[in-house]
Amino acid sequence: MTTLPKGRSATVRLSGIGKRYGEVRAVKPVDLVIEGGTLVTLLGPSGCGKTTLLRMIAGLEQASEGRLYIGERDVTLLPAGARNVSMVFQSYALFPHMSVLDNVAYGLISSGLRKREAHARAETTLETVGLKGFGTRLPSEMSGGQQQRVAVARALVLEPEVLLFDEPLSNLDTRLRRTMREEIRALQQRLGLTVVYVTHDQSEALAVSDKIVVMRNAEIAQAGTPAELYTQPASIFVATFMGEANHVRAEVEQVEEGVARVALGQLRVELPARGFSPGAVDAVIRPEAILAGPPGEGLPATVARATYMGAHREYLFATELGELFATAPSRLPPLVAGQEVGLALDPGGVVLVRP
Amino acid sequence: MFAGSSLFFWLLAALGALVLPWHMQQEGVGLAGLMAFGQADPEAASAIWQALAHGRFWFWPVVAGVLLALPGALPLGPAARRAQFLLAGGGLGLVAIVAQGLAIGIGGWSFAWMEAAFGPLDDRQFGIGLGGSLAFLGCLVLVTDGLALRGLFKGDRFVSGAVGVLFASILLFTAWPVLNVLGQIFTPQGELDAMAALGTRLFDQKIWGLGCVTASVNCGVFWNTLLLATSTASAATLLGLCFALIVTRARFPGRRAMRLLTVLPIITPPFVIGLGLILIFGRSGVVNQMVETVFGWELGRWIYGYNGVFLAQVFSFTPTAFLVLIGVVEGISPSMEEASQTLRASEMRTFQSVTLPLMVPGLANAWLVVFVESLADFGNPIVLGGSFGVLSTEIFFAVVGAQQDFGRAAVLAAIMLLLGLGAFLLQRAVVGRRSYVSVTGKGDVGLPTKLPRPVRLVAFAIAIPWAILTVVVYSMALAGAFVRVWGRDWTPTLSHFARAFAIEWAADGRMMFTGGAWNSLLTTIQLAAIAAPITAAIGLLAAWVLTRQRFTGRTTLEFSLMLTFAVPGTVIGVAYILTYNVPPLEITGTAIILIACFVFRNLPVGVRSGVAAMSQLDKSLDEAAITLRASTFRALRTVVLPLLKPAIVTALVYSFVRAMTTVSAVIFLVSAEYEMATVFIINRVINGDYGLAIAYCAVLIVLMVATIGLINLLVGRRKLGRRAAAPVGAPA
Repeated sequence: MTTLPKGRSATVRLSGIGKRYGEVRAVKPVDLVIEGGTLVTLLGPSGCGKTTLLRMIAGLEQASEGRLYIGERDVTLLPAGARNVSMVFQSYALFPHMSVLDNVAYGLISSGLRKREAHARAETTLETVGLKGFGTRLPSEMSGGQQQRVAVARALVLEPEVLLFDEPLSNLDTRLRRTMREEIRALQQRLGLTVVYVTHDQSEALAVSDKIVVMRNAEIAQAGTPAELYTQPASIFVATFMGEANHVRAEVEQVEEGVARVALGQLRVELPARGFSPGAVDAVIRPEAILAGPPGEGLPATVARATYMGAHREYLFATELGELFATAPSRLPPLVAGQEVGLALDPGGVVLVRP
Repeated sequence: MFAGSSLFFWLLAALGALVLPWHMQQEGVGLAGLMAFGQADPEAASAIWQALAHGRFWFWPVVAGVLLALPGALPLGPAARRAQFLLAGGGLGLVAIVAQGLAIGIGGWSFAWMEAAFGPLDDRQFGIGLGGSLAFLGCLVLVTDGLALRGLFKGDRFVSGAVGVLFASILLFTAWPVLNVLGQIFTPQGELDAMAALGTRLFDQKIWGLGCVTASVNCGVFWNTLLLATSTASAATLLGLCFALIVTRARFPGRRAMRLLTVLPIITPPFVIGLGLILIFGRSGVVNQMVETVFGWELGRWIYGYNGVFLAQVFSFTPTAFLVLIGVVEGISPSMEEASQTLRASEMRTFQSVTLPLMVPGLANAWLVVFVESLADFGNPIVLGGSFGVLSTEIFFAVVGAQQDFGRAAVLAAIMLLLGLGAFLLQRAVVGRRSYVSVTGKGDVGLPTKLPRPVRLVAFAIAIPWAILTVVVYSMALAGAFVRVWGRDWTPTLSHFARAFAIEWAADGRMMFTGGAWNSLLTTIQLAAIAAPITAAIGLLAAWVLTRQRFTGRTTLEFSLMLTFAVPGTVIGVAYILTYNVPPLEITGTAIILIACFVFRNLPVGVRSGVAAMSQLDKSLDEAAITLRASTFRALRTVVLPLLKPAIVTALVYSFVRAMTTVSAVIFLVSAEYEMATVFIINRVINGDYGLAIAYCAVLIVLMVATIGLINLLVGRRKLGRRAAAPVGAPA
């Protein structure tokens, strides 16, 4: 495969960027730095403002407040075409009346390139995304995955300082989604691109990101690496949004040198204190951290429901802490509904959080 | 691109203010006349020369504004400073152009209070011409450029310019004339002052009289109009519903042919039906003559008056109602009716309790559409009305009659305007609630329920005879072109065509169009061909701005665009002659006034078909183009426009055809030089020369069908590949 020249990727700096429509705040003022050459995901439920934020970076929406820098340049007031960003749309937005090659060359011709040269470079980029020889087709004559690649090629060919993705995989089926997200990640790392990626799918975000920005109610809930967000969520929202989690009330009994002794019903666990002092706290337990053993040991529980899922089993345990959702590999002996068990917890999957 | 830069528009403004002749030249402008700097005749000089050499001080602010804008037009310096110069200079220029135009006319000061304040002015000026128009356009765009530089409209100069031009053109060609008409109500009359004149006009017995109820005199024209419009709307809606039900819900071999009916009102001049009725029921009509020979009865003139106009309008507007109602009936999701049937409702109960209630908003909409059409109709009442006056004909007689009472015309026009606006607002309210129409993107499965037997019988019993009658009326109307004198001398002849469209060869081999109709026909085609692309362009631009851009004033723009639809043609006609026969925009008697009238009368249709098509076009397509560094204009040209071809065809066809068939507004605006086909025909009808009139109508219809084909061929189809070939519905 041919590669495109590296090194045009720029750092994106959002300084107090916000958007309001009349009284409604679509995005509250946000400070965020997206390092050059990294892939940053904006993750959140629908209506959290992530797409609006992306569109403000693209220049499709104008920020109501704050400044936006790409590289060293203040682009807050620049129109989309002058920002040196390109975007892959959720619907791909391939021009249906133009051939694939014309679609990919469109941006180059807009930037003033000769048609012949533009077509040559478009051809090269199509090769990069593995679509050599498809140039003469119309977009409607290609499959969903191929259309997706055309959309990526069309954005990539401009060698933008920042590449933006707006839920690019939501129109694909599950299997294709996995392949495409790996391709996008590989391409980003190979070319060292700065990418801002919007999605509402946490597993997609975990899979592709250098850094994830979780958004909620028009503001940032937490930003960090995928591992940080999963193991050290700042709030119940982030914990439950980043994968499954059981929310329980717990009691910090004592804190010594940053380690808290936490009472979860009858269980006692030692956890990082994360600044909590003794008293009632919120805790989240990952389903894979709940280990079932023989009754009498640990937290007494009854199996309320057991579901076979192929690679693993899902259980719902009734305990004094409330109902707990747990998973266990299928190779372990199965539990049946009504069975009495004793639960132990892997401290690595239990975190104290703020509400 | 230089042609899109601020500097280009500054040069335009400068050219208009400094070089070109400011005022309109009676004899047109020759090449030598273009250099108007230094002209000895003040009327032929440019603005700055008029100010320098002829003491016309009122041009100094115009010149000052243009010069002040120059630093902003040059691509130097910070944006904020440039914006200030552009806004200040362009704004001053605009205000100065408008103010001087309104303040000083052919008799010096235009307003008495100005004369009192500044003393008499012993100078005068005529309407603006090339220089003035260019300067106005240039200054306007400089202002919108300044606004865009300030960051409004997302900093997009193209959008701000488009919005500016749209607003200015609607203000100039719709709002100003209509407001002017309303102002004319207050013109003093004789020795009465403004209020007294208003009183006499407004409470005229001829408008509001109810004499027909108590005695055998005519009622006021207001009541006549209201009665006619209400009854026409009710009858046409009922008939239209029968047709729509048959076409969409019944198995009937003639369904396709029936759909053709919907095309008729678009391509026929509005008075063809009136002519047909005269040929059948008139004094020398077929029916009258037969009855007289067989029974010896004199049927007389019953067709002239309310009866005839009502019949003609129902014939004319039933297809319109039909067109609206087809969409309504087809819009009802079959799954609702299927649900009703699975809930053990009979066919009749399903129709009564599900189908019909779901159609109510659509029926109301059709009713209001016909109501407005009837209100604005001029052709049928003028042909058949006799002494039965309606608002549109009364306005016409007030203007062209012996009295030349513009005040009275203005009052009548104002009443008509209010009726039209009322119906328009009601319609918006009704259609706005149309949440019933259940067109989902998923494609409904299921079959529409068959009509219950009694309903089907009634529908057939009403619709079939009416359809036959319509065909008879149309064919009678056309047959009239081929006999010598209808009712007296039935000899077949082509002489009417010859009189209208004869071509002879002169001795030197030149072709000579000796037929009487050539002049008006060629003028009509020429003006319609100029107006159609302008209408389509402005309409689609407006549609794009309305659907794709968010800016303050968007709803105002949308509302004022749609409002032009509610202004009846007669009102526009009166408004135009009242407004444009005096400076600053003295275009009465020119082709410009006719073109402007066509463009702004038909604009809403262009906008509507554009909006309909645009809302089916994924917004991210234009956004993709923008992020791919296309300018807004390039995105529009290379992405949006090619995908909008069906809407372009609709807009072009409609505006061309309407320009050829319209009567109501145009009849006030024609001049000896620019005579329109429809007006020519009406005049023949009024003189009793039916043969030629009908021959002319036939030629028009053939011509329009040919044009529709040609436009379809020229614009071409969208190329979308096989899977995306879903048709984009573009309502006419």
